[in-house]
Amino acid sequence: MKHKLKDIASVIRSKNSGPYELTFDIIFKDFETYQKVKQAHSINETNFAPLYKISKESIISLVYFDPAKAVKITIVRPLTSGALGETDVYGAQQHAPLMAMEIEF
Amino acid sequence: MEEIRILSPTAILGYGFPMESFTEGMKRKPHVIAVDAGSTDPGPYYLGVGKSFTDRNSVKRDLEIMIPVAIEAGIPVIIGTAGGSGGHPHVALTLDIVKEIAKEKSLSFKLAVIESELDKELIKQNLREGNIEPLFPAKQITESDVDESVRIVAQMGEEPFINALENGANVILAGRSYDPSVFSALAIKEGFDKGLAIHLGKILECAAIAALPGSGSDCMFGYLRKESFVLEPLSTLRKCTTLSVAAHTLYEKTNPYILPGPGGAINLHESKFTQISDNMVEVTGSKFVPTEQYFVKLEGVKKVGYRTISCAAVKDPVMISKIDSITQSVKERVINNFENYGIKDFFLDFKIYGKNGVMAMFDNLEEKVAHELLIIIEAVADTQEHADTICGFARSTMLHFGYEGRISTAGNLAFPFSPSDCKVGEVFEFNVYHLMKVDDPAGMFPVQYITFDKGN
Repeated sequence: MKHKLKDIASVIRSKNSGPYELTFDIIFKDFETYQKVKQAHSINETNFAPLYKISKESIISLVYFDPAKAVKITIVRPLTSGALGETDVYGAQQHAPLMAMEIEF
Repeated sequence: MEEIRILSPTAILGYGFPMESFTEGMKRKPHVIAVDAGSTDPGPYYLGVGKSFTDRNSVKRDLEIMIPVAIEAGIPVIIGTAGGSGGHPHVALTLDIVKEIAKEKSLSFKLAVIESELDKELIKQNLREGNIEPLFPAKQITESDVDESVRIVAQMGEEPFINALENGANVILAGRSYDPSVFSALAIKEGFDKGLAIHLGKILECAAIAALPGSGSDCMFGYLRKESFVLEPLSTLRKCTTLSVAAHTLYEKTNPYILPGPGGAINLHESKFTQISDNMVEVTGSKFVPTEQYFVKLEGVKKVGYRTISCAAVKDPVMISKIDSITQSVKERVINNFENYGIKDFFLDFKIYGKNGVMAMFDNLEEKVAHELLIIIEAVADTQEHADTICGFARSTMLHFGYEGRISTAGNLAFPFSPSDCKVGEVFEFNVYHLMKVDDPAGMFPVQYITFDKGN
């Protein structure tokens, strides 16, 4: 069954992890949903990369973190924080494509 | 010692805290008050220009409360990443505030000032000796990159703080510090488990952000014991929950299970988060795993020029439909106009809000276009005068640009301000984000002691 991430997550956010990386956190509303997503590996490199039109190689880590019932994805920042062409120095508003993401489990 | 109690008043020195929470914290008889004063989040400008992203009065307000109370209680105050970035000018401006408070309040104490800005020759020598490696995804640097940097700082671990504490410092003011170090130093000195001490520091450095509801301007209290640590928010409005604390472990990190820092990483694979009361959480199992060799992180920035911007809006639907080709034509006209005049080396950009403005760092991400656009014309050039010229010319060219199908022939842009252009000043970029191998973890960070006697 398909689920919209914004309906099953309580937190969807992005932020710099240092000036060279961008990291995304998805924290689920309940452990039951989180476990289903984790078991089905419903969020993975293959469906994350196209959301941002990046290559899978740009994904540094994609981790299921049980204590926070969260999935965390860290990618190479397309440009270093504050470099010429920057539009989001803190990286705090890069999460929107995740809100519309649909996953299957 | 069975327990170390640590008061973290605020997430960043200058972000403030309610006096009620701070008083609650002091009632719990802390062994140390510690605070992180910096971050790379606000971008490369502040390290480059030597200014703080925090406000002087706000920083003074926080220190003016913390320092006299700590001296009275006979406990140390430890401040890390002074002035926001930890370079010489950043430490100097915070030192100036501490001196002012000492004088105004007639305080007697011993101050340790620890510097973290490194001499470029020392870095180049280490580069030649193969002691410097890039921190992925940064690229390897050369000696000319080091020369280009205006300022390079190294992140200190807990060792320089331990030395200063052993030398009897009441207040420690340090340059660029690994965020948890200011919280973990006293505990590690007293023989407490390093993994737990650093993990506790990782959470305390953001103060009440790890509580529910979170706040960057409220206190958090930490109790470190032999086998665990406990977190307690000091406002009755907030609670620590296993989720709020675990979720905070994710914040601004690459991988929540492995958190690297000077000399090693903390490993959270075995960490357990337990709710022990309505508002307190206990954490066990976090381990410190040392690296074979000790590395410190370097951060450096280079100057890339001067910036001028102009903000203008567009409502015309024909213009909006052709906006990409219009900005491209304007750019070509600007280049062509100044080619022979001698202004060639500049960066001209149009940030188009309403058309993938916020996420322009990702290519071709969104097709949707709003019914009106805000355009920020940005010019960066080798001098402020050249940046003004390029930005101003791009603005006037765009205002009267005769694109195909144009119906509104009086002007293409709606300016919210007069003057329309704004000088932003110097522009910097990060160019060093590397690890440097060191023999002595405290060796790079010279300490100076200043003794105040009734403010003098």
